Amino acid sequence: MIKLNVNGSNQPLDIDPDTPLLWALRDHMGLTGTKFGCGIAQCGSCTVYLDGEPVRSCITPVSAAVGRQVTTIEGLNSPTGKAVQAAWRELEVVQCGYCQSGQIMSAAALLARKPRPTDADIDDAMQGNLCRCATYVRIRAAIKTAAEKSV
Amino acid sequence: MKSEWIANLSRRRFLAAGVATAAGLTLGVMPIVRAEMRKSGPGFAGAAPAEQTAFQPNAFLRIGSDNQVTVISKHLEMGQGTYTGLATLVAEELDAAWEQVRVEGAPADAKRYRNLFWGEAQGTGGSTAIANSWTQMRKAGAAARQMLVEAAAKQWGAKADDIQVESGVLTHTVSGRRASFGELADAAAQQPVPEDVLLKEPEAFRLIGKRLPRKDSPEKIDGSAVFTIDVQLHAMATAVVAHPPRFGAQVRSFDAKAAKTIRGVKQIVQIPSGIAVVGGDFWSAKQGRDALQVEWDESEAFKLSSKQVLDHYRELANQPGVVARNQGDSDAAMARAEKVIEAEYNVPFLAHAPMEPMDCVVRIDASGCEIWNGEQMNTGDQMAVAGVLGLMPEQVRINMLYAGGSFGRRANPKADYVLEAVHIAKTLPPGTPVKLIWTREDDMRGGYYRPLYLHRLKAGLDADNRPMVWQQRIVGQSILAGTPFESMMVKDGVDQTSVEGAANLPYAMEHIHIDLHSPQLPVPVLWWRSVGSTHTAFAVECFLDELAAAAGRDPVAFRRELLAGHPRHLGVLNLAVEKAGWDEPLGRNRGRGVAVHESFNSYVAQVAEVTVRRGVVYVDRVVIAVDCGVPVNPDIIEAQMQGGMGFGLAATLASELTFKEGRVEQSNFHDYLTLRIDQMPEVEVYIVPSTEPPTGVGEPATPVIAPAVANAVFAATGQRLRQLPLRPA
Repeated sequence: MIKLNVNGSNQPLDIDPDTPLLWALRDHMGLTGTKFGCGIAQCGSCTVYLDGEPVRSCITPVSAAVGRQVTTIEGLNSPTGKAVQAAWRELEVVQCGYCQSGQIMSAAALLARKPRPTDADIDDAMQGNLCRCATYVRIRAAIKTAAEKSV
Repeated sequence: MKSEWIANLSRRRFLAAGVATAAGLTLGVMPIVRAEMRKSGPGFAGAAPAEQTAFQPNAFLRIGSDNQVTVISKHLEMGQGTYTGLATLVAEELDAAWEQVRVEGAPADAKRYRNLFWGEAQGTGGSTAIANSWTQMRKAGAAARQMLVEAAAKQWGAKADDIQVESGVLTHTVSGRRASFGELADAAAQQPVPEDVLLKEPEAFRLIGKRLPRKDSPEKIDGSAVFTIDVQLHAMATAVVAHPPRFGAQVRSFDAKAAKTIRGVKQIVQIPSGIAVVGGDFWSAKQGRDALQVEWDESEAFKLSSKQVLDHYRELANQPGVVARNQGDSDAAMARAEKVIEAEYNVPFLAHAPMEPMDCVVRIDASGCEIWNGEQMNTGDQMAVAGVLGLMPEQVRINMLYAGGSFGRRANPKADYVLEAVHIAKTLPPGTPVKLIWTREDDMRGGYYRPLYLHRLKAGLDADNRPMVWQQRIVGQSILAGTPFESMMVKDGVDQTSVEGAANLPYAMEHIHIDLHSPQLPVPVLWWRSVGSTHTAFAVECFLDELAAAAGRDPVAFRRELLAGHPRHLGVLNLAVEKAGWDEPLGRNRGRGVAVHESFNSYVAQVAEVTVRRGVVYVDRVVIAVDCGVPVNPDIIEAQMQGGMGFGLAATLASELTFKEGRVEQSNFHDYLTLRIDQMPEVEVYIVPSTEPPTGVGEPATPVIAPAVANAVFAATGQRLRQLPLRPA
């Protein structure tokens, strides 16, 4: 039995410890906001936090999350996270929306680390998050809006 | 089609024939899903679902006694903003408050929900959602409004003319009495459905033309939106499928012993498209597939490489094709021309690669088949499934969920992944739901690509350097061959989707000859955002630039002269050029390029500014002008211009799907390259004001960027790049 702490609550799971965290969250805990896009850490749709640091849950075995705090989009309650979500709404970033949980998790992690990111910081932090709708113009603008509002 | 809605628009009064009462609107399936989902149900956007339906005047909306207006969208929301756009049209004529409106996806039912541009079929594509619904949705809203007004008039003993409706509230101007939609819903339901409705004049629009917030944003931001991959049903299984390594290969034998030992694997079964591994969850099914041993019979399989296909197409291009357009006498004119310019352009196969890989949930029981899918071809899939299962189409119930992108991939006349899921469900105990998930590798290698295309062009200038003759030969697979659309859209051997964007060349030339070869290959192909224009706009707009250069003319001035008879092309061209500062000098290694193109009755011009350094093209800035008729939601139009351009930019700079001895060489996003944020230019969007009926915005920005960037690379370096993706020396 594996014990995970996800979004502040403890969850026992009877699964293979090599199961990627992504599928533990989605198929065994019903937390489907975290998305499957590539399975090889190339698209960022599956981004969650381990102890506040963004990781790609599709290549993170669930065993690596034991004893650490897992945060998913459903549990993103930090002021920075909320500011990012508010900016995403204000600037109408989303189109199909499938990658946006991952985009928001990466953006909030960036702002937590660097409250006033430059364009280069944004490119660095966000270039691992693919969006086929190419909402990038608004992602960039929304990160700046969130940065302004959270200072 | 076009003349029909223009005629309607000018008439201003409409018969409400298409808006008659439809029974059974509240789907039996929805409450099941609602109960089983954590939060919002399939394709629901906006506030919580209305609990009580008091008033349901037609197939497109209902109003609850809780004052909630639910708009039923016949079209798929895949990012293009359809839910918001259709709801805007209904709410406008209903005079609802935007906040009280929510949207849900319609069931598959061609009788009520057909695409008015697609004959008898329901479906989303060709950038038609707003265009075909423009009158229909407004009529639906206006009919409901009239019934609410009549109900109020009756209750209050007032004249209908003395009742005003604003933001979901009816007011009797004489007595000051007021009532909400919810309060009047029961009474409105007793009123006869009007035969005539009066639509607003554009000056009276309160919602159309405003930057209303999208209805699907909130749940896509907090992770609660439900896509197909998120469907969770009681006792649901998950399946993955081992597909053949080459198109046309068959299963010779398979050994499931090792796979069956994987924990969670429930069943391994051969289906027409491969071997399905069914597990309790995705990971066990995937592990099971990894352990599966399959021997394939590849004797009949496709074994060519992309280069061989291209060489074959080049040979074909030496022969005349089927004529798509013939005007004047192009051979004679070419012989007379002062200067003759020739060029070949080609583009590779492309995968759609939406962020949500193909997936589908199916449950079959005694009553029929139920499907959960990002459903883009509702009627086609419904018929295909009914055919496989021997059911009546209405026994196939389809829940249209949000699609995590599609770009055409989910609108497959062959219903590939949907039927695959049905074949798996058939092997399970009745009533067992199964979710089919394709991995990214399955998606990349599963076919239905934008076809590889080759264009051979030849043009002649007269003694005054004016183009007098244009010949274009197009070679590439037909998308429509062998589909139900063939009879409708393949005319005299010409697949209209192969030549659109070329056969309707807008530039004034006396002699034009365009022909087509449609070779057959076992590689499955499909429409890819903007379809034929994905390659025709590149060939036409780059070659036209070559003619301008040969004539020693500025590419903008050259186009303007040739577009004198096309005011909407000219309108976007002039706007983009002006906003871009076309004549302002750029620095070393930098250049500016322009392209203008009409697709799906919308007109887009783009000016790209690039820097070329050490063989890499950096796109710094793109200025876009669009004329799409009445702008229903300028913010969504802007978003579609930005994103549609970005989608095309990926194929301009990076994306390429290649075959080596019949095998797809790419497998995932590390080798099938798409656009990342650091490659996204600054984008400016300008919308041409218009009172024409609205046309599509989902696709028209996509095909324009490749020629704009290629022409900019020429301006920066003098290199003509005639192959996508662009690779400067």
